[in-house]
Formats: sequence, C-alpha cells, structure tokens
Amino acid sequence: MNALAQYNVLAILFLPLMTAALLAVLKSYRVSAVINVVSAFITFLAACSLLVARPVSGNYLLIDDLNIVFVVLNTFVAFTTSAFSASYIAHELETKRLTPAHLRFYHAMYQMLLGAMNLALVANNIGLMWVAIEVATLTTVVMVGIYRTHQALEAAWKYFILGSVGIALALFGTILIYMAARPVVGEGLNGMVWTVLIQHVAKFDPALLNLAFVFLLLGYGTKVGLAPLHAWLPDAHAEGPTPISAVLSGLLLNVALYAVLRFKLLMAANAGALAPGPLMMALGLLSLVFAGFMLYRRGDIKRLFAYSSIEHMGLIVFAFGMGGAIANFAGLLHMTMHSLTKSAIFFAVGHITQVKGTQQIADIRGLTASHPFLGWALVAGVAAIAGLPPSGVFMSEFLILSSTVSRAPFLAALVAIGLLVAFGALALRLHGLAFGESKGPSEPIHASTLPLAAHLALVLVAGVYLPPPLVAWFQHIALSLH
Amino acid sequence: MDHLAFDIAHFLAGGLVLISFMLLYQDRLFALLNAFALQALTLALSVGWQAYIQQAPHLYITAAITLVFKALIIPVALHRMVARLGVHREVETVVSLVPTMLAGIALVALSMVVMLRVTHGVDPLAREDLAFALSVVLLGMLMMVTRSNAVSQVVGFMSLENGLILAATGAKGMPLVVEISVAFSILIALIVVGIFLFRIRERFDTVDLQALDDFRGESR
Repeated sequence: MNALAQYNVLAILFLPLMTAALLAVLKSYRVSAVINVVSAFITFLAACSLLVARPVSGNYLLIDDLNIVFVVLNTFVAFTTSAFSASYIAHELETKRLTPAHLRFYHAMYQMLLGAMNLALVANNIGLMWVAIEVATLTTVVMVGIYRTHQALEAAWKYFILGSVGIALALFGTILIYMAARPVVGEGLNGMVWTVLIQHVAKFDPALLNLAFVFLLLGYGTKVGLAPLHAWLPDAHAEGPTPISAVLSGLLLNVALYAVLRFKLLMAANAGALAPGPLMMALGLLSLVFAGFMLYRRGDIKRLFAYSSIEHMGLIVFAFGMGGAIANFAGLLHMTMHSLTKSAIFFAVGHITQVKGTQQIADIRGLTASHPFLGWALVAGVAAIAGLPPSGVFMSEFLILSSTVSRAPFLAALVAIGLLVAFGALALRLHGLAFGESKGPSEPIHASTLPLAAHLALVLVAGVYLPPPLVAWFQHIALSLH
Repeated sequence: MDHLAFDIAHFLAGGLVLISFMLLYQDRLFALLNAFALQALTLALSVGWQAYIQQAPHLYITAAITLVFKALIIPVALHRMVARLGVHREVETVVSLVPTMLAGIALVALSMVVMLRVTHGVDPLAREDLAFALSVVLLGMLMMVTRSNAVSQVVGFMSLENGLILAATGAKGMPLVVEISVAFSILIALIVVGIFLFRIRERFDTVDLQALDDFRGESR
C-alpha cells in the first residue's frame, strides 16, 4: 500500500508525459490511438488508487479530499474520450480533413493536455498550478486550430488572445497572494504553498487578498467560461475536433473552476477579507441567464452545446458561491453530472456531424429514424442535460434550486428562469434534430457506442440511486468547502 | 545608497509605463516593434537592477532571457516577417488616438489609486513596482483591444507580459520567477511566431484580423 502511495501520484503526472513523447514519434495512427486509450486507462486506474492509498503531501503536490474527486473524474472522462476519439479520427482521416502527421501531433497533444490538467489538480503550489493551467490552455489552442480552416484559425486565435489575457490576470493575482503572504510566512517557496497559505491566511492583509481574488476570479473565470468573459468558448468548441470539445467542456472548465475554489477557500479563511460568495454568485447567475437566452439563436449544433456548458458552469459557480453544506454538495454533484452528460452529448454530436457532413442544425433532421442509436442517445443526453428526471442533473439542479429558495428567494426566481429558458431552447432544437423526416446523407457509421452508453448509464443511475459512500464523501467535502 | 537604489528602480519601472504609452500611439509596425524592443531593454535593466539590490542571482537569468529573447530575437523575427509579408504600411486601429490615450491615462490613474491604497503593509519598493506593473498590464490590454492587426496584438500581449515580469521580480523572494519567464517565452515563441502568423498568412495573405472577423460561424 505504501509503495502504491509513493508512485500513483507520479504515475498520473508522468505517464501522460511519457506517452506524449512516445506518440510524437510513432507513425501509425492506429497504434497511436490504441496506445492513447491504454495509457489513459492506466492513468485512470492510478487515479482511482489515490482513493485507497493516499500519498503524503509535499511542497509541490497535494492530495486531499477535494482534488481526488476532480482527478478521478478528469482521468475517467479523458479515458472514455480517448476511446471515442479512436473511432472519430479514423473517419476524419478518410474524409481527408486530417493527415496522418496531424494525427500524430493530435495524439501527443491529447496526452500533454491530460498530464497538464492532472498537474493543475494535484499542485500544492499556486505558481505550479498556474503553469499547468497555462500549458493546458496552450495545448488546447493548437488543437482547436488543427483543421486549419478559416473558422478554426479564427477560433484558435480568439481563444489564444482571451485565454492569454485571462492567464495573465491570474498570474497577477498569484503574485499579489504571494505579496500578502510574505510578511507572515516569510520569503521563498512557502509563500506559494497552498497548505501553508491556508494555515496562515487569517493573518494576511485583507485588502491585498481582496485585490488578488478579483484578479484570480477574472483570470481563471475566463477559463471557466463565465459571462462576460466567455467569448472564446463557443468558437473553440465549434471549430476544433469534437473529442477536444468534449474534453474542453467536460474537463478543462472544471480544472479552472477548481483553481477558483482553492482561492475561495483562502478568502473564506480570512475574517477581514471580502466574502467571495456574492461575487461568484453574481458572475454565475449572469452566465446562467445569459447563456439560457443565447441558446435560442444557435444555428450550429456544437455551438448550441457550448452555450449550454456556459449555462451549467454558471449554475455550478453560483452554487459554490452560495456555499453551505447543501449548495456545495449540489455544486459538486452537478459538476460531475455535467461533465459526464456533456461529454456524452459531444460523443453523439461528433458522430452525427460526421454522418451528415454538417454542423448546421437546420440540415440535421430525423436522427431517431435514420440512426436509432445515435438519435436516441442524443435524446437521452439532451433530456438529461436539460434537467429532466430521472437523470442525475435533475437531482443536483433540484438541490441547488431548493437551497436557493430557502436562503435567497429572489435569486431562486432568477435561477429558475434561467433553467426554464435553457430547457425550452434545448427542447425546441432537440425536436427538430431527433424527430420528423430524415434529411441529408444517412449511411451507417461505425460509432463508438460504449463510451456514450457508459456515460449516459452513469448519469441515469446517479439520478435514481447514489451509493451511500459517495454521498458521505461528497458531504464531507461540501462541509470542508464552507 | 538605499535611496539611490530605490530611485533607480523607480526610474526604470516608470520608464516601462512611459514606453507603454509610446506603444499605444505608434501607427507603423516597424516603429511599434522598435518601441517594443526598447521596452524589453528597459525591463531587462530593471530586472537586472532588482537582481542586484535583492542579491538574487537567479533573477539575472530572467534579465538575460528578457534581453536576448524579447529585446533582440522577437523584434528582429517580427521585423523580418512583417517585411516579407509586405504589411509595413500603417496599422489600422479600432479606436482613434485621442480616446486611446485618455483611456490609457485613466487606467494608469486607476492602478495607482488601487495599488497604493491596498498595499500599505508592503515595503515601498515593491509597492511602487506593483503599481507600475499593473499600469503596464492594463495598458497592454488596452493595446490589444484597440488594435485589429495580429502583429500589434501580439506586441500588446508581450508588453502586458513585461508588466507581469516586473511585478514578479519586484515581489522579493518570489519563487518560480525564472520558470514563469521561461514559460512565457515559450508561449510567445511557440504559438505566436511559429504557428499562427504563418498559418494565417498561408490562408489569407494578410495578418489583419479584420479579414478573419468577417467570418462568423453562425452565418454560414
């Protein structure tokens, strides 16, 4: 057990890196795709082993109750997405949208991204976390631009510019945190180690902390996709390869959210500092309502679900901003459910756009008739993400709404409006996509059914029955989050 | 001696803010690149001076990286690229000069007010440095918003980053400064110069982002 605890955290960091190096030199894309899946699976197993054998935290790495949830979810979705990607990219190669050289690059970058996200999640040093999030952003920027079309380049450029500005703001916030810590914990490494900071944060200068948090919230909030800093997100989702859209929505947004949560904890532990909750609630609510309305005018299927991601990230940030045992629990649950559901939807959408050869909603009709599995999977996924029972999303949205009603009834009305507006938009679009006369090309496609079915099954099961140990664990984290 | 050390640091950091203003009103790409090289040189001097007064030898590495990479290699590379693309004509700005300068002045005033108010506990040197650094960061952002040209947006981003390096070196004893400056250099070198400009050129024969903005995914 001890031996395991020494190596599992290193495995989730270095295995992706070594795989990336290997994939960068391998020529055959078939072998690469298999290695990609296998490596992601081993990383997932290593992440699960963190549950039973927890390594001791040092100056650079930290494993605690909070980040284990993120790491396990991250590696799981990365693994299923790599399985989806294996069947997706073969088709891209046939249609000549990508060349084998591109695929080599793509696979290497996929593992780099996985490694960087894991590093951001387990980093105990706020500087290291910043570097990891920067690397993750860079790898996704080049992947978004991989098709090299007009639109892909514009999307990648926009993402690069906005992402860099966000990251620059986050670095300024990080420097300010160090400045606040220096008089108390001394110069050098200690001023950036999160566990040291949280012990001494009560004695930090509140004014500096406030300023730092504003920068950090705006900086990492850009990466979470909070309105009004969300402009990069729909473009990046729509123009990149669909596996990357799934990873962006399901994982990278969570990683940035995790960074915000860490700094929220610091703020909450200092009595003189401004309460971080209301700021997060305001940004979250704005994103929720704004994205809800924006859903109506979408003509592009991937953009549609990208806006839906903004909506859900807004809801999650709102829940964590409100705080308290129930809201935090619901936020955590909602984040997990959203990752699983949204990546499942993108798996389905990826195959659908390949069959139809278009991303325009108007050109996709009657999927349940032409492609029963994909069509019904999309119906199930959209019903789940819209919050229909019995999905897990319904449960978490219900919890968020009910705890808002008891604590801030006015805001509850706004949350309900946002959710209903989004529900209406999704139902409207889904009807056209899934039912009616089939339109356009409808040859069968070799779709990867397993990842899609696994995600949807997990979401459905979670809506009906949550295992008590999981509930107890989430409750424990929810309490520690304040 | 202490007083002199403070004055020199102050002078160099203030110089960075002034050069940020110079960057704002350059309307030709070559002049813009020259002004940027000057800013990078000033930053290198400032970081070197911080390394000297803080007795932190690792900061000399950051100073050297800044000098070689940002004051020499990047401006020269961009120079050649601009010349080869034949876009060294006037730069189109989205917002005209006077409102831009006024906004710049307002941003500097804002950062002074904010930073000097909240940093009472910090030692005066770091305090002024932070205020100047925030000004440079905000001016860099302003430049990125007011320019529509890819090269000048990159220059805006790099000057923003100069502000961050100034802040990081001013925070005495901050770990990972060298690593962060290396990470930033890689970011700029890899993405900007390598991939984007060449790809954009391949496709459109222009580096004006207005050409890219004509397309919107919704109106296909």
